[in-house]
Amino acid sequence: MAVLAQWIAPWDPNRPDVRKILDAPSKSHPLGTDQLGRDVLSRMLYGARVSLAVGFVSVGIATFIGIVLGSLAGYHGGTIDAAVMRLVDLMLVFPRLFLLLAVLAFLRPSIWTIMAVIGLTGWMSVARLVRAEFLSLKEREFVLWSQSIGASAYRTIWRHILPNAIGPVLVAMTLGIPAAILTESGLSFLGLGVQPPHATWGNILNEGKDAIEIGWWLSAYPGLAILVTVLSYNLLGEGIRDALDPRLRQSVGRIVSRSR
Amino acid sequence: MFGYALRRLILAIPLLIGITFVSFLVIHLAPGEPTDIQSDESSTRSDAKIKQLLIETYGLDKPLHIQYWNWVKRLVRLDFGRSFSPDARPVLQKIGERLPITLLLNIVELMIIVALAIPIGVLSATQQYSTFDKITTVFVFVGFATPDFWLALMLMILFGIQLGWLPISGLRSPTWEYLAFWKQQWDFIGHLVLPILVATFGGLAGFSRYMRQSMLEVVRQDYIQSARAKGLPESVVIGKHALRNALLPIVTVLGLSLPGLIGGSVIVESIFAIPGMGQLMVQAVFERDYPVIMGNLVIVATLTLIANLIADLTYSLVDPRIRVAARRGRR
Repeated sequence: MAVLAQWIAPWDPNRPDVRKILDAPSKSHPLGTDQLGRDVLSRMLYGARVSLAVGFVSVGIATFIGIVLGSLAGYHGGTIDAAVMRLVDLMLVFPRLFLLLAVLAFLRPSIWTIMAVIGLTGWMSVARLVRAEFLSLKEREFVLWSQSIGASAYRTIWRHILPNAIGPVLVAMTLGIPAAILTESGLSFLGLGVQPPHATWGNILNEGKDAIEIGWWLSAYPGLAILVTVLSYNLLGEGIRDALDPRLRQSVGRIVSRSR
Repeated sequence: MFGYALRRLILAIPLLIGITFVSFLVIHLAPGEPTDIQSDESSTRSDAKIKQLLIETYGLDKPLHIQYWNWVKRLVRLDFGRSFSPDARPVLQKIGERLPITLLLNIVELMIIVALAIPIGVLSATQQYSTFDKITTVFVFVGFATPDFWLALMLMILFGIQLGWLPISGLRSPTWEYLAFWKQQWDFIGHLVLPILVATFGGLAGFSRYMRQSMLEVVRQDYIQSARAKGLPESVVIGKHALRNALLPIVTVLGLSLPGLIGGSVIVESIFAIPGMGQLMVQAVFERDYPVIMGNLVIVATLTLIANLIADLTYSLVDPRIRVAARRGRR
């Protein structure tokens, strides 16, 4: 839907129409219009692009940093491990929104800075996850074998351990995207995220807040869109986790066998 | 016990130093000169003025290590400088008058979350796959996915505008001064209902899920089986043997989720116009009031660190195994 925004959107998302300011949902404007008479449905479709793109890119950044630091820590252990883990602890002490706001106060908010900043503050859980996987995987025979034939650490990590650790990372990514979408929409809602005229779900809601007494449709639908998107990603993530984690199925079996 | 507490305290010191370092880094984060950021096309006189103020406040014209040393020296003295806004009051004073309301909100929220999440989690775990369990599972997923600011708007529309039951902004009604004492308290509570409702919603979903998970794991343990085999009534097995053990991981999760909860006050306070630290932060970002931003960041992080420390210590209080392990580790 978001990709097709250009073709399926009934109206130009940025074209104001003074005759239709804050119109309630109707046939020609299924989700109503905003303060400038712009079609809410069209704006939401275009906003979906930005929101989803921010989700994907920032999670991509976070995953990359998380994998690099996590695998270094898990593979080498010792001082490197301690340093990376202290860094993780440190980053976790900062409430994320406060840190984001502080950084955004210095940078000019644009789509790119938002993506970068969300990515840079969201890698900690991936790093922990990858490290934990590496700790258990690096003792396995196939890793020892790879090391014993003289493969470099880089090659061992990249070719032998990482592919085996990718499952949990995939789950973390799937669950990270909705978190990033929520963060972006929160920032845009505060007026400190993606700036108008770019529509995102967050800043449509920000405009909706000002018209709260007359135009409920302006606030209701973008939020619903966020809710549904985030919900689907969460369910997808849970699904992948269940599919990848045979332990869960086993434990159900265990209860059954035990109660007999 | 004392030894353990001391060790945790010592471990917190590098984190505290880290906080000063990260916040120092944030000032320098912008590409190029930290003061050049906003001064390209929209360069105005006020930009130049802020730039000058920044250089003066943080001594940005001095070498880096001296800058950092000065920054730390000031933090130790709790000197965050003066606000850039026209009133130019000390930052510490500004934050100080807003801290209590944020703390109050967060503590009340935390208590409500814990009080509700534990019974919900226990019930849905002991009656796994029952109707109650299914309903709470749906609630949890929806709760995770609901943007808090959107929930706030919807509740404002419903209770504040359509039904007119509750006030939707601020902490006090305009007529507050003229009310009787108990009516004043009632008015205050009325103003807090919606913000607290919004802030607890998301947290409640998370915690009841963790509680359920933790309880499910404990119920499968052998000692629960043997408690049942002894012929203990189910209420004792669940309420005493299982619950105590299931609560342990929750204490940790509680500590870890504090930054999220405190971060949430940014949004809740801005929407409901509550004069707390979150709202101060947002205002400061809009006004580019850097001393206030930096002060907020350092104080919030330090508070979180302290809260984590308390969670850690509570954990060792309720779980003797931790203390024993710590003692062994020291030998």
